[in-house]
Amino acid sequence: MGGYGLYVWSSYALALVLLLGNLVAARVHRKKILQDLISRLRREKSS
Amino acid sequence: MYTWIHKFGSPKHFYRIAGKVIPWTAAITVILFLYGLYGALITSPPDYQQGESARIMYIHVPAAWMSMFVYMILAVAGAIGLIWRIKIADVMAQASAPLGASFTVLALATGSLWGKPMWGTWWAWDARLTSELILLFLYLGYMGLTTAIEDKRTAARAGAILALVGVVNIPIIHYSVDWWNTLHQGATVTKFDKPSIHIDMLIPLLVMAVAFKLYYFTVVLVRARADVLFNERRSAWARDIVAKVKL
Amino acid sequence: MTPTRRRRMIMVVMLIVGIGIAVGLAVTAFQSNLLYFIDPSEVVQGKAPENRNFRLGGMVKEGSVQREQDGLTVRFDVTDYAESVTIQYTGILPDLFREGQGIIANGKLNTQGVFVASEVLAKHDEEYMPPEVAASMKKPVMNNPGLETKK
Repeated sequence: MGGYGLYVWSSYALALVLLLGNLVAARVHRKKILQDLISRLRREKSS
Repeated sequence: MYTWIHKFGSPKHFYRIAGKVIPWTAAITVILFLYGLYGALITSPPDYQQGESARIMYIHVPAAWMSMFVYMILAVAGAIGLIWRIKIADVMAQASAPLGASFTVLALATGSLWGKPMWGTWWAWDARLTSELILLFLYLGYMGLTTAIEDKRTAARAGAILALVGVVNIPIIHYSVDWWNTLHQGATVTKFDKPSIHIDMLIPLLVMAVAFKLYYFTVVLVRARADVLFNERRSAWARDIVAKVKL
Repeated sequence: MTPTRRRRMIMVVMLIVGIGIAVGLAVTAFQSNLLYFIDPSEVVQGKAPENRNFRLGGMVKEGSVQREQDGLTVRFDVTDYAESVTIQYTGILPDLFREGQGIIANGKLNTQGVFVASEVLAKHDEEYMPPEVAASMKKPVMNNPGLETKK
């Protein structure tokens, strides 16, 4: 990378971390909501 | 057109259509990223002045474009939410904010990583860099405001007003390099005459830009879809879906 | 569109227009503070602040770069094609520094009218091309439009 390796690879690594991080966060968010809704539904049915 | 908006604006249809769209945009995003990265890191030539450090541009420029694009989504969705009270608009705006903030951080950080070897400094208080930093604070302010207010409708309305107030910053970011002397260079691609970039560099750049955009749509739909389901948890269709879900 | 919606629409438009005008006025009032640097013509016309640091931007004049004995101090002229000013700088220059390249220096004028810089930044232009293409075009780098001053 012509002496710029550290700068170039840090940029690509940061991009990877941020993009994957946002994707994982969105999926965790969805999973939490689904778990919450499922337990609400169960509570309603049992009562 | 109007009926289509209303159909997409209805939570039930939004949930269904988004569910169908996500796998496609996700697949195309992956393909475009692979193709774009191959072009950015392997096939594209180094720059005659900057050498290999020019490869940072393939991340920096799409991230900077997205930081402004997502803010426009925030403002337009905010206006739609304020005027027509379409709940999907508020959901989309709030799901977009963390993504927009991430793109802004990425643009600022990669700019810094390029600026250090090329300009000779990590940071300069010129008009372009400063207005992009203000954009980050607008995103953080929006996220802080919408999460701090308990009542969902008040939160959405306050956020929409903040987003609309901040929209004046977008033309400032874009034209700062033309209006004032800045350390940051002028526009390369988005100017009226022919882009001043070689075609072998322009193609990977545009592929990366489309990949970033589809990535955003994929992730924002995953988030918005979950929020819609939660907001509509008392309606029959949402209960049906929850009853069928297996985790 | 219902009257309520029209009213809300007008309020949104007024909000944007109002903020736009306010920011536009503020930005015009602080115009000079938003300039990151001034050019050699302004220095020659005596518009540069005295005894205070400021930033000077221009193109490094071809053939003007001289290195002193110590190997770290450089003297070169910057020009905006109308006037030029001599800069003296001790330190490491950025990778993009070369003759014909736009630079921005931070420092102040000494009594001889030489700009003593404490920092030199290189300004990049908006051209991106492979080295072979640049060589085949034999483009004189002086035509590099990176540092046209904006008014």
